[in-house]
Amino acid sequence: MAEWMTLAEAIAAHVHDGDTLAMEGFTHLIPFAAGHEVMRQGLRNLSLIRMTPDLIYDQLIGAGCAAKLTFSWGGNPGVGSLHRFRDAVENDWPSPLAIEERSHSDLANAYVAGAANLPFAVLRGYTGSDFPRVNRQIRSITCPFTGEVLAATPAVRTDVAVIHAQKADWKGNVLLWGILGVQKEAVLSAKRAIVTVEERVESLNAPPNACILPHWVVTAVCEVPRGATPSYAHGYYERDNVFYREWDRISRERERFSAWLDQHILKTRDFEEYLALQRDPLVQAVYQ
Amino acid sequence: MSEAYTSDEMMTVAAARMLRNGAVCFVGIGLPSTAANLARLTHAPDAVLVYESGPIGAKPTVLPLSIGDGNLAETADTVVSTPEIFRYWLQGGRIDVGFLGAAQLDKFANINTTVVGPYGRPTVRLPGAGGAPEISSSAKEVLIIVKQSKRTFVEKLDFVTSVGFLTGGNAREAAGLCGNGPAAVITDLCILRPDPDSRELKVTSIHWGVNRETIVANTGWRIGFADSCEKTPSPTAPELDTLRDLKARTAVVHGTPGDRE
Repeated sequence: MAEWMTLAEAIAAHVHDGDTLAMEGFTHLIPFAAGHEVMRQGLRNLSLIRMTPDLIYDQLIGAGCAAKLTFSWGGNPGVGSLHRFRDAVENDWPSPLAIEERSHSDLANAYVAGAANLPFAVLRGYTGSDFPRVNRQIRSITCPFTGEVLAATPAVRTDVAVIHAQKADWKGNVLLWGILGVQKEAVLSAKRAIVTVEERVESLNAPPNACILPHWVVTAVCEVPRGATPSYAHGYYERDNVFYREWDRISRERERFSAWLDQHILKTRDFEEYLALQRDPLVQAVYQ
Repeated sequence: MSEAYTSDEMMTVAAARMLRNGAVCFVGIGLPSTAANLARLTHAPDAVLVYESGPIGAKPTVLPLSIGDGNLAETADTVVSTPEIFRYWLQGGRIDVGFLGAAQLDKFANINTTVVGPYGRPTVRLPGAGGAPEISSSAKEVLIIVKQSKRTFVEKLDFVTSVGFLTGGNAREAAGLCGNGPAAVITDLCILRPDPDSRELKVTSIHWGVNRETIVANTGWRIGFADSCEKTPSPTAPELDTLRDLKARTAVVHGTPGDRE
Protein backbone atom coordinates (compact mmCIF):
# COMPACT_ATOMS: atom_id res chain seq x y z
CA MET A 1 0.00 0.00 0.00
CA ALA A 2 1.54 3.27 -1.09
CA GLU A 3 2.51 5.62 1.68
CA TRP A 4 3.14 9.30 0.99
CA MET A 5 6.39 10.47 2.59
CA THR A 6 9.41 12.65 1.92
CA LEU A 7 12.11 11.26 -0.34
CA ALA A 8 14.61 11.25 2.53
CA GLU A 9 12.18 9.18 4.62
CA ALA A 10 11.52 6.77 1.75
CA ILE A 11 15.22 6.10 1.05
CA ALA A 12 15.98 5.73 4.77
CA ALA A 13 13.09 3.33 5.31
CA HIS A 14 13.35 1.18 2.20
CA VAL A 15 16.92 1.17 0.82
CA HIS A 16 19.61 -0.58 2.86
CA ASP A 17 23.33 -1.21 2.49
CA GLY A 18 23.91 -4.25 0.27
CA ASP A 19 20.50 -4.08 -1.45
CA THR A 20 19.94 -4.93 -5.09
CA LEU A 21 18.56 -1.71 -6.53
CA ALA A 22 17.09 -0.83 -9.93
CA MET A 23 16.55 2.86 -10.69
CA GLU A 24 15.00 2.83 -14.15
CA GLY A 25 13.95 5.37 -16.77
CA PHE A 26 15.08 5.08 -20.40
CA THR A 27 16.61 8.56 -20.97
CA HIS A 28 13.22 9.91 -19.86
CA LEU A 29 12.03 10.13 -16.21
CA ILE A 30 15.36 9.10 -14.69
CA PRO A 31 14.94 9.34 -10.88
CA PHE A 32 17.90 11.67 -10.25
CA ALA A 33 16.52 13.17 -7.03
CA ALA A 34 16.32 9.68 -5.52
CA GLY A 35 19.85 8.90 -6.72
CA HIS A 36 21.12 12.03 -4.99
CA GLU A 37 19.39 11.01 -1.76
CA VAL A 38 21.06 7.58 -1.89
CA MET A 39 24.42 9.37 -2.09
CA ARG A 40 23.47 11.83 0.66
CA GLN A 41 22.55 9.00 3.01
CA GLY A 42 25.88 7.31 2.26
CA LEU A 43 24.50 3.92 1.25
CA ARG A 44 27.19 1.36 0.45
CA ASN A 45 27.75 -1.98 -1.23
CA LEU A 46 24.71 -1.69 -3.50
CA SER A 47 24.13 -4.05 -6.42
CA LEU A 48 22.92 -1.66 -9.09
CA ILE A 49 20.85 -2.69 -12.11
CA ARG A 50 19.97 -0.33 -14.94
CA MET A 51 19.83 -0.77 -18.72
CA THR A 52 21.63 2.53 -19.30
CA PRO A 53 23.64 3.55 -16.21
CA ASP A 54 23.54 7.16 -17.48
CA LEU A 55 24.70 9.99 -15.24
CA ILE A 56 22.64 8.74 -12.29
CA TYR A 57 24.75 5.60 -11.80
CA ASP A 58 27.96 7.36 -12.85
CA GLN A 59 27.33 9.58 -9.82
CA LEU A 60 26.52 6.67 -7.48
CA ILE A 61 29.59 4.72 -8.66
CA GLY A 62 31.87 7.74 -8.20
CA ALA A 63 30.37 8.35 -4.75
CA GLY A 64 31.35 4.82 -3.70
CA CYS A 65 27.80 3.48 -3.25
CA ALA A 66 28.12 0.53 -5.65
CA ALA A 67 29.76 -2.89 -5.41
CA LYS A 68 28.23 -4.30 -8.59
CA LEU A 69 26.65 -2.99 -11.77
CA THR A 70 24.39 -4.91 -14.14
CA PHE A 71 23.86 -2.97 -17.36
CA SER A 72 23.51 -3.08 -21.12
CA TRP A 73 24.75 0.31 -22.42
CA GLY A 74 27.10 2.46 -20.37
CA GLY A 75 27.66 5.78 -22.12
CA ASN A 76 26.74 9.45 -21.68
CA PRO A 77 23.99 9.70 -24.37
CA GLY A 78 24.96 12.09 -27.14
CA VAL A 79 28.18 13.06 -25.35
CA GLY A 80 30.58 10.14 -24.85
CA SER A 81 31.95 8.15 -21.94
CA LEU A 82 30.81 7.78 -18.35
CA HIS A 83 34.12 8.66 -16.70
CA ARG A 84 33.32 7.54 -13.14
CA PHE A 85 32.08 4.17 -14.46
CA ARG A 86 35.22 3.80 -16.58
CA ASP A 87 37.51 4.80 -13.73
CA ALA A 88 35.92 2.13 -11.53
CA VAL A 89 36.19 -0.57 -14.22
CA GLU A 90 39.65 0.40 -15.48
CA ASN A 91 41.29 1.51 -12.18
CA ASP A 92 39.11 0.28 -9.28
CA TRP A 93 38.40 3.88 -8.16
CA PRO A 94 36.93 4.64 -5.66
CA SER A 95 36.53 0.89 -5.16
CA PRO A 96 36.40 -2.21 -7.38
CA LEU A 97 33.16 -2.57 -9.33
CA ALA A 98 31.96 -6.02 -10.41
CA ILE A 99 30.11 -5.85 -13.69
CA GLU A 100 27.49 -8.08 -15.23
CA GLU A 101 27.06 -7.09 -18.82
CA ARG A 102 24.02 -7.96 -20.94
CA SER A 103 22.21 -6.59 -24.00
CA HIS A 104 19.19 -4.27 -23.97
CA SER A 105 16.96 -6.98 -25.33
CA ASP A 106 18.15 -9.42 -22.66
CA LEU A 107 17.67 -7.03 -19.74
CA ALA A 108 14.25 -5.94 -21.02
CA ASN A 109 13.22 -9.60 -21.26
CA ALA A 110 14.74 -10.30 -17.85
CA TYR A 111 12.65 -7.53 -16.25
CA VAL A 112 9.55 -9.04 -17.87
CA ALA A 113 10.47 -12.44 -16.43
CA GLY A 114 10.94 -10.88 -12.99
CA ALA A 115 7.58 -9.11 -13.21
CA ALA A 116 5.95 -12.39 -14.29
CA ASN A 117 7.56 -14.25 -11.38
CA LEU A 118 9.46 -16.55 -13.74
CA PRO A 119 13.04 -17.64 -13.00
CA PHE A 120 14.53 -16.79 -16.38
CA ALA A 121 14.05 -15.00 -19.66
CA VAL A 122 14.07 -16.65 -23.10
CA LEU A 123 15.11 -14.77 -26.19
CA ARG A 124 16.83 -15.04 -29.55
CA GLY A 125 20.06 -13.36 -28.68
CA TYR A 126 23.81 -13.50 -28.25
CA THR A 127 24.37 -16.10 -30.99
CA GLY A 128 27.98 -15.86 -32.14
CA SER A 129 28.87 -13.06 -29.71
CA ASP A 130 31.49 -13.10 -26.95
CA PHE A 131 28.99 -12.32 -24.15
CA PRO A 132 28.51 -15.90 -22.90
CA ARG A 133 32.31 -16.15 -22.57
CA VAL A 134 32.46 -13.27 -20.05
CA ASN A 135 29.03 -13.62 -18.41
CA ARG A 136 28.40 -17.21 -17.27
CA GLN A 137 24.81 -16.27 -16.47
CA ILE A 138 24.07 -16.20 -20.19
CA ARG A 139 23.13 -19.77 -21.02
CA SER A 140 20.89 -21.58 -23.49
CA ILE A 141 17.76 -23.68 -23.52
CA THR A 142 16.35 -25.98 -26.18
CA CYS A 143 12.73 -25.44 -27.14
CA PRO A 144 10.83 -28.66 -26.30
CA PHE A 145 8.52 -28.16 -29.28
CA THR A 146 10.82 -27.12 -32.14
CA GLY A 147 14.32 -27.98 -30.94
CA GLU A 148 15.46 -24.38 -31.47
CA VAL A 149 18.28 -23.34 -29.14
CA LEU A 150 17.51 -20.01 -27.44
CA ALA A 151 19.34 -17.80 -24.97
CA ALA A 152 18.25 -18.19 -21.33
CA THR A 153 19.21 -15.54 -18.80
CA PRO A 154 18.26 -14.99 -15.16
CA ALA A 155 15.22 -12.86 -14.34
CA VAL A 156 15.80 -9.47 -12.75
CA ARG A 157 14.65 -9.60 -9.14
CA THR A 158 15.49 -6.71 -6.90
CA ASP A 159 15.07 -5.60 -3.32
CA VAL A 160 14.06 -2.12 -4.38
CA ALA A 161 12.98 -0.39 -7.59
CA VAL A 162 12.94 3.39 -7.84
CA ILE A 163 11.22 5.25 -10.67
CA HIS A 164 10.03 8.78 -11.37
CA ALA A 165 6.59 9.47 -12.89
CA GLN A 166 4.46 12.45 -13.82
CA LYS A 167 1.54 12.11 -11.38
CA ALA A 168 0.13 10.24 -8.44
CA ASP A 169 -3.25 10.66 -6.78
CA TRP A 170 -3.84 10.91 -3.05
CA LYS A 171 -4.05 7.12 -2.73
CA GLY A 172 -0.71 6.67 -4.48
CA ASN A 173 -1.90 5.39 -7.86
CA VAL A 174 0.87 6.39 -10.28
CA LEU A 175 0.51 7.58 -13.89
CA LEU A 176 3.34 7.88 -16.39
CA TRP A 177 3.42 8.53 -20.12
CA GLY A 178 5.82 9.16 -23.01
CA ILE A 179 8.82 6.89 -23.30
CA LEU A 180 8.03 4.19 -20.76
CA GLY A 181 11.21 2.10 -20.80
CA VAL A 182 11.03 -0.81 -18.36
CA GLN A 183 9.66 1.11 -15.38
CA LYS A 184 6.49 -0.92 -14.96
CA GLU A 185 8.47 -4.18 -15.10
CA ALA A 186 11.10 -2.77 -12.72
CA VAL A 187 8.42 -2.01 -10.11
CA LEU A 188 6.71 -5.38 -10.54
CA SER A 189 9.97 -7.34 -10.22
CA ALA A 190 10.99 -5.61 -6.95
CA LYS A 191 10.14 -6.43 -3.34
CA ARG A 192 9.72 -2.71 -2.57
CA ALA A 193 9.07 0.20 -4.91
CA ILE A 194 9.67 3.91 -4.38
CA VAL A 195 8.08 6.32 -6.84
CA THR A 196 8.85 10.02 -7.02
CA VAL A 197 6.36 12.16 -8.95
CA GLU A 198 6.16 15.62 -10.45
CA GLU A 199 2.89 16.33 -8.71
CA ARG A 200 0.26 14.98 -6.37
CA VAL A 201 -3.24 15.37 -7.82
CA GLU A 202 -6.80 14.71 -6.70
CA SER A 203 -7.58 12.47 -9.68
CA LEU A 204 -5.41 11.03 -12.47
CA ASN A 205 -8.17 11.50 -15.09
CA ALA A 206 -6.42 8.91 -17.23
CA PRO A 207 -7.99 7.08 -20.18
CA PRO A 208 -8.33 3.29 -20.11
CA ASN A 209 -5.04 1.52 -21.00
CA ALA A 210 -2.93 4.36 -19.67
CA CYS A 211 0.23 3.19 -17.93
CA ILE A 212 -0.87 3.18 -14.32
CA LEU A 213 0.77 1.46 -11.38
CA PRO A 214 -1.95 0.74 -8.79
CA HIS A 215 -1.21 2.08 -5.32
CA TRP A 216 -0.98 -1.41 -3.84
CA VAL A 217 2.17 -2.29 -5.87
CA VAL A 218 3.92 0.89 -4.73
CA THR A 219 5.58 1.04 -1.29
CA ALA A 220 6.35 4.74 -1.01
CA VAL A 221 5.40 7.73 -3.12
CA CYS A 222 7.09 11.13 -2.83
CA GLU A 223 6.30 14.45 -4.43
CA VAL A 224 9.56 15.75 -5.94
CA PRO A 225 8.96 18.40 -8.61
CA ARG A 226 11.66 18.32 -11.33
CA GLY A 227 12.92 15.12 -9.69
CA ALA A 228 14.06 13.69 -13.03
CA THR A 229 16.25 16.63 -14.02
CA PRO A 230 18.74 16.72 -15.82
CA SER A 231 16.74 14.06 -17.72
CA TYR A 232 13.23 15.14 -18.62
CA ALA A 233 9.59 14.64 -17.72
CA HIS A 234 7.31 14.62 -20.75
CA GLY A 235 4.79 17.43 -20.44
CA TYR A 236 6.73 19.15 -17.64
CA TYR A 237 10.28 20.05 -18.64
CA GLU A 238 12.87 19.16 -21.25
CA ARG A 239 16.19 17.39 -21.02
CA ASP A 240 19.01 19.61 -19.75
CA ASN A 241 21.47 18.83 -22.52
CA VAL A 242 23.87 21.49 -21.25
CA PHE A 243 24.26 19.59 -17.98
CA TYR A 244 24.78 16.28 -19.80
CA ARG A 245 27.63 17.91 -21.73
CA GLU A 246 28.96 19.63 -18.62
CA TRP A 247 29.00 16.30 -16.78
CA ASP A 248 31.76 15.22 -19.15
CA ARG A 249 33.95 17.92 -17.61
CA ILE A 250 32.73 17.57 -14.02
CA SER A 251 33.30 13.82 -13.97
CA ARG A 252 36.49 13.50 -16.04
CA GLU A 253 38.93 14.00 -13.13
CA ARG A 254 38.51 12.55 -9.64
CA GLU A 255 39.27 15.86 -7.93
CA ARG A 256 36.61 17.89 -9.69
CA PHE A 257 34.05 15.12 -9.32
CA SER A 258 34.76 14.90 -5.58
CA ALA A 259 34.35 18.66 -5.24
CA TRP A 260 31.03 18.46 -7.13
CA LEU A 261 29.83 15.60 -4.92
CA ASP A 262 30.71 17.55 -1.81
CA GLN A 263 29.23 20.89 -2.87
CA HIS A 264 26.16 19.79 -4.81
CA ILE A 265 25.07 16.61 -3.02
CA LEU A 266 26.61 16.10 0.42
CA LYS A 267 26.32 19.75 1.46
CA THR A 268 22.78 20.27 0.15
CA ARG A 269 19.89 19.27 2.41
CA ASP A 270 17.59 17.94 -0.31
CA PHE A 271 16.79 18.10 -4.03
CA GLU A 272 15.13 21.49 -3.68
CA GLU A 273 18.35 22.92 -2.30
CA TYR A 274 20.31 21.19 -5.07
CA LEU A 275 18.03 22.81 -7.68
CA ALA A 276 18.44 26.21 -6.04
CA LEU A 277 22.21 25.77 -6.22
CA GLN A 278 21.94 25.02 -9.98
CA ARG A 279 20.32 28.45 -10.42
CA ASP A 280 23.19 30.18 -8.59
CA PRO A 281 24.87 32.56 -11.10
CA LEU A 282 28.30 31.30 -10.08
CA VAL A 283 27.34 27.69 -10.79
CA GLN A 284 25.63 28.73 -14.03
CA ALA A 285 28.77 30.51 -15.14
CA VAL A 286 30.78 27.32 -14.65
CA TYR A 287 28.23 25.30 -16.68
CA GLN A 288 28.19 27.55 -19.73
CA MET B 1 29.59 19.09 -58.85
CA SER B 2 29.36 22.71 -57.97
CA GLU B 3 29.22 22.54 -54.20
CA ALA B 4 32.05 21.58 -51.87
CA TYR B 5 31.30 18.98 -49.21
CA THR B 6 33.13 17.13 -46.46
CA SER B 7 33.94 13.42 -46.34
CA ASP B 8 31.58 13.11 -43.37
CA GLU B 9 28.76 14.60 -45.44
CA MET B 10 29.57 12.18 -48.26
CA MET B 11 29.38 9.29 -45.79
CA THR B 12 26.00 10.35 -44.40
CA VAL B 13 24.53 10.98 -47.85
CA ALA B 14 25.81 7.64 -49.21
CA ALA B 15 24.34 5.84 -46.18
CA ALA B 16 21.00 7.65 -46.50
CA ARG B 17 20.68 6.57 -50.14
CA MET B 18 20.82 2.91 -49.04
CA LEU B 19 17.53 3.19 -47.15
CA ARG B 20 14.66 2.47 -49.53
CA ASN B 21 11.36 4.28 -49.24
CA GLY B 22 8.84 2.40 -47.10
CA ALA B 23 11.45 0.32 -45.27
CA VAL B 24 10.94 -0.27 -41.56
CA CYS B 25 14.26 0.76 -40.07
CA PHE B 26 15.56 0.18 -36.52
CA VAL B 27 17.82 3.17 -35.97
CA GLY B 28 20.88 3.50 -33.73
CA ILE B 29 21.71 6.89 -32.24
CA GLY B 30 24.37 9.14 -33.81
CA LEU B 31 25.49 8.63 -37.44
CA PRO B 32 22.76 6.03 -38.24
CA SER B 33 20.06 8.37 -36.97
CA THR B 34 21.42 11.25 -39.04
CA ALA B 35 21.50 9.11 -42.20
CA ALA B 36 18.05 7.60 -41.62
CA ASN B 37 16.48 11.01 -41.06
CA LEU B 38 18.20 12.44 -44.13
CA ALA B 39 16.69 9.56 -46.13
CA ARG B 40 13.25 10.31 -44.66
CA LEU B 41 13.58 14.00 -45.58
CA THR B 42 14.74 13.27 -49.15
CA HIS B 43 13.93 10.14 -51.16
CA ALA B 44 12.29 7.99 -48.45
CA PRO B 45 9.40 9.96 -46.86
CA ASP B 46 7.58 6.73 -46.02
CA ALA B 47 10.48 5.08 -44.23
CA VAL B 48 9.33 3.98 -40.76
CA LEU B 49 11.95 4.88 -38.16
CA VAL B 50 11.94 2.75 -35.03
CA TYR B 51 14.06 3.68 -32.00
CA GLU B 52 14.87 1.21 -29.23
CA SER B 53 13.42 3.54 -26.58
CA GLY B 54 9.97 2.73 -28.00
CA PRO B 55 8.92 5.26 -30.67
CA ILE B 56 7.64 3.63 -33.88
CA GLY B 57 7.31 5.84 -36.96
CA ALA B 58 9.27 8.71 -35.41
CA LYS B 59 9.55 11.85 -37.56
CA PRO B 60 11.84 14.04 -35.44
CA THR B 61 12.06 17.70 -36.40
CA VAL B 62 15.68 17.81 -35.19
CA LEU B 63 18.20 15.03 -34.65
CA PRO B 64 17.85 13.36 -31.27
CA LEU B 65 20.77 13.85 -28.91
CA SER B 66 19.79 10.78 -26.91
CA ILE B 67 17.98 7.62 -27.92
CA GLY B 68 14.97 8.63 -25.84
CA ASP B 69 14.48 12.31 -26.69
CA GLY B 70 10.93 13.59 -26.18
CA ASN B 71 10.76 14.77 -29.78
CA LEU B 72 10.93 11.13 -30.95
CA ALA B 73 7.90 10.24 -28.83
CA GLU B 74 5.92 13.35 -29.84
CA THR B 75 6.38 12.71 -33.57
CA ALA B 76 5.91 8.93 -33.54
CA ASP B 77 2.87 6.96 -34.72
CA THR B 78 2.97 5.12 -31.40
CA VAL B 79 5.29 4.69 -28.43
CA VAL B 80 5.64 1.24 -26.88
CA SER B 81 7.58 0.02 -23.86
CA THR B 82 11.18 -1.15 -24.17
CA PRO B 83 10.31 -4.84 -23.67
CA GLU B 84 7.66 -4.56 -26.38
CA ILE B 85 9.99 -2.92 -28.89
CA PHE B 86 12.51 -5.75 -28.55
CA ARG B 87 10.03 -8.62 -28.22
CA TYR B 88 7.17 -7.88 -30.62
CA TRP B 89 8.80 -5.59 -33.15
CA LEU B 90 12.45 -6.65 -33.46
CA GLN B 91 12.41 -10.32 -32.43
CA GLY B 92 8.96 -10.59 -34.00
CA GLY B 93 10.59 -10.13 -37.41
CA ARG B 94 9.05 -6.76 -38.31
CA ILE B 95 12.28 -4.85 -38.99
CA ASP B 96 13.54 -4.60 -42.59
CA VAL B 97 16.75 -2.73 -41.92
CA GLY B 98 18.91 -2.36 -38.82
CA PHE B 99 21.06 0.76 -39.05
CA LEU B 100 24.13 0.56 -36.80
CA GLY B 101 27.39 2.29 -35.95
CA ALA B 102 30.56 0.58 -34.71
CA ALA B 103 33.68 1.25 -32.67
CA GLN B 104 35.61 -1.62 -34.27
CA LEU B 105 34.72 -3.73 -37.31
CA ASP B 106 36.43 -6.77 -38.85
CA LYS B 107 36.50 -8.08 -42.43
CA PHE B 108 33.31 -10.11 -41.88
CA ALA B 109 31.49 -7.05 -40.52
CA ASN B 110 31.38 -8.31 -36.94
CA ILE B 111 31.20 -5.35 -34.54
CA ASN B 112 32.86 -4.49 -31.24
CA THR B 113 31.36 -1.77 -29.03
CA THR B 114 32.44 -3.32 -25.71
CA VAL B 115 36.15 -3.06 -24.88
CA VAL B 116 39.55 -2.32 -26.38
CA GLY B 117 42.06 -4.70 -24.79
CA PRO B 118 41.29 -7.67 -22.53
CA TYR B 119 37.73 -7.80 -21.18
CA GLY B 120 38.76 -8.12 -17.53
CA ARG B 121 41.30 -5.28 -17.69
CA PRO B 122 40.39 -3.12 -20.68
CA THR B 123 42.56 -0.27 -21.94
CA VAL B 124 39.34 1.42 -23.10
CA ARG B 125 35.94 0.57 -21.71
CA LEU B 126 33.38 1.29 -24.46
CA PRO B 127 29.63 1.71 -23.76
CA GLY B 128 28.67 -1.88 -24.57
CA ALA B 129 25.88 -3.58 -26.46
CA GLY B 130 22.71 -1.55 -26.22
CA GLY B 131 20.29 -3.03 -28.73
CA ALA B 132 22.90 -3.89 -31.35
CA PRO B 133 23.39 -7.66 -30.81
CA GLU B 134 19.73 -8.44 -31.43
CA ILE B 135 19.38 -5.81 -34.17
CA SER B 136 22.31 -7.33 -36.04
CA SER B 137 20.89 -10.83 -35.68
CA SER B 138 17.15 -10.21 -36.17
CA ALA B 139 16.77 -7.37 -38.71
CA LYS B 140 16.28 -8.68 -42.25
CA GLU B 141 19.36 -6.74 -43.30
CA VAL B 142 21.89 -4.46 -41.63
CA LEU B 143 23.57 -1.25 -42.74
CA ILE B 144 26.67 -0.09 -40.87
CA ILE B 145 27.95 3.47 -40.95
CA VAL B 146 31.42 4.09 -39.51
CA LYS B 147 34.47 6.28 -40.14
CA GLN B 148 37.28 4.25 -41.64
CA SER B 149 40.72 4.04 -40.03
CA LYS B 150 43.17 1.41 -38.84
CA ARG B 151 41.74 1.87 -35.35
CA THR B 152 38.21 1.01 -36.47
CA PHE B 153 38.89 -1.48 -39.29
CA VAL B 154 40.88 -4.17 -37.50
CA GLU B 155 42.15 -7.64 -38.36
CA LYS B 156 40.79 -9.10 -35.13
CA LEU B 157 38.18 -7.68 -32.76
CA ASP B 158 38.97 -7.47 -29.06
CA PHE B 159 35.36 -8.50 -28.37
CA VAL B 160 32.50 -9.60 -30.64
CA THR B 161 29.52 -7.57 -29.46
CA SER B 162 27.27 -7.89 -32.52
CA VAL B 163 27.67 -10.39 -35.31
CA GLY B 164 28.08 -9.89 -39.02
CA PHE B 165 29.12 -13.00 -40.92
CA LEU B 166 31.09 -14.53 -38.01
CA THR B 167 34.01 -16.42 -39.64
CA GLY B 168 32.68 -15.94 -43.16
CA GLY B 169 31.26 -18.33 -45.77
CA ASN B 170 27.99 -19.80 -44.51
CA ALA B 171 28.92 -19.46 -40.82
CA ARG B 172 26.07 -17.03 -40.18
CA GLU B 173 23.41 -19.30 -41.63
CA ALA B 174 24.93 -22.32 -39.87
CA ALA B 175 24.64 -20.51 -36.52
CA GLY B 176 20.91 -20.18 -37.11
CA LEU B 177 20.71 -16.39 -37.16
CA CYS B 178 17.42 -15.09 -38.56
CA GLY B 179 18.40 -11.99 -40.53
CA ASN B 180 20.56 -11.91 -43.63
CA GLY B 181 23.30 -9.85 -42.02
CA PRO B 182 25.15 -6.74 -43.19
CA ALA B 183 24.24 -5.58 -46.70
CA ALA B 184 26.73 -2.71 -46.79
CA VAL B 185 29.23 -0.77 -44.73
CA ILE B 186 29.34 2.94 -45.54
CA THR B 187 32.43 4.92 -44.55
CA ASP B 188 33.87 8.36 -45.19
CA LEU B 189 36.07 6.81 -47.91
CA CYS B 190 33.98 4.18 -49.66
CA ILE B 191 31.16 1.65 -49.62
CA LEU B 192 31.94 -1.98 -48.84
CA ARG B 193 29.74 -5.00 -49.46
CA PRO B 194 30.19 -8.64 -48.51
CA ASP B 195 31.53 -10.97 -51.20
CA PRO B 196 28.67 -13.37 -52.10
CA ASP B 197 30.75 -16.48 -51.27
CA SER B 198 33.46 -15.63 -48.74
CA ARG B 199 31.31 -12.87 -47.14
CA GLU B 200 34.48 -10.83 -46.72
CA LEU B 201 33.91 -7.08 -47.11
CA LYS B 202 35.09 -5.76 -50.49
CA VAL B 203 35.17 -2.16 -51.65
CA THR B 204 32.39 -1.76 -54.21
CA SER B 205 32.25 2.03 -54.53
CA ILE B 206 34.87 4.71 -53.89
CA HIS B 207 33.91 8.27 -52.99
CA TRP B 208 35.16 11.07 -55.28
CA GLY B 209 38.59 12.38 -54.35
CA VAL B 210 39.60 9.15 -52.55
CA ASN B 211 42.20 6.82 -54.02
CA ARG B 212 42.76 3.12 -53.40
CA GLU B 213 46.00 3.73 -51.49
CA THR B 214 44.11 5.80 -48.90
CA ILE B 215 41.59 3.01 -48.37
CA VAL B 216 44.37 0.40 -48.04
CA ALA B 217 46.24 2.64 -45.59
CA ASN B 218 43.12 3.03 -43.44
CA THR B 219 42.21 -0.65 -43.23
CA GLY B 220 43.72 -3.08 -40.72
CA TRP B 221 43.42 -6.09 -43.02
CA ARG B 222 44.38 -6.72 -46.66
CA ILE B 223 41.36 -5.06 -48.20
CA GLY B 224 40.06 -6.29 -51.54
CA PHE B 225 38.33 -4.31 -54.28
CA ALA B 226 35.40 -5.66 -56.29
CA ASP B 227 36.01 -6.08 -60.02
CA SER B 228 33.10 -3.75 -60.72
CA CYS B 229 34.23 -1.07 -58.26
CA GLU B 230 32.41 2.20 -58.97
CA LYS B 231 32.67 5.88 -58.07
CA THR B 232 30.10 7.01 -55.50
CA PRO B 233 28.01 9.84 -56.99
CA SER B 234 28.75 13.06 -55.10
CA PRO B 235 26.05 14.55 -52.88
CA THR B 236 23.47 16.54 -54.82
CA ALA B 237 22.59 20.10 -53.87
CA PRO B 238 19.20 19.05 -52.38
CA GLU B 239 20.86 16.26 -50.35
CA LEU B 240 23.47 18.65 -48.97
CA ASP B 241 20.97 21.43 -48.28
CA THR B 242 18.64 19.06 -46.44
CA LEU B 243 21.46 17.61 -44.36
CA ARG B 244 22.87 21.03 -43.46
CA ASP B 245 19.43 22.42 -42.60
CA LEU B 246 18.79 19.44 -40.35
CA LYS B 247 22.10 19.86 -38.57
CA ALA B 248 21.62 23.62 -38.20
CA ARG B 249 18.13 23.11 -36.69
CA THR B 250 19.58 20.50 -34.35
CA ALA B 251 22.40 22.80 -33.19
CA VAL B 252 19.92 25.56 -32.35
CA VAL B 253 17.74 23.25 -30.25
CA HIS B 254 20.44 21.25 -28.49
CA GLY B 255 22.83 24.13 -28.00
CA THR B 256 20.49 25.80 -25.52
CA PRO B 257 19.48 24.78 -21.99
CA GLY B 258 16.74 22.17 -22.15
CA ASP B 259 14.23 23.98 -20.00
CA ARG B 260 11.11 25.55 -21.41
CA GLU B 261 10.64 27.60 -18.29
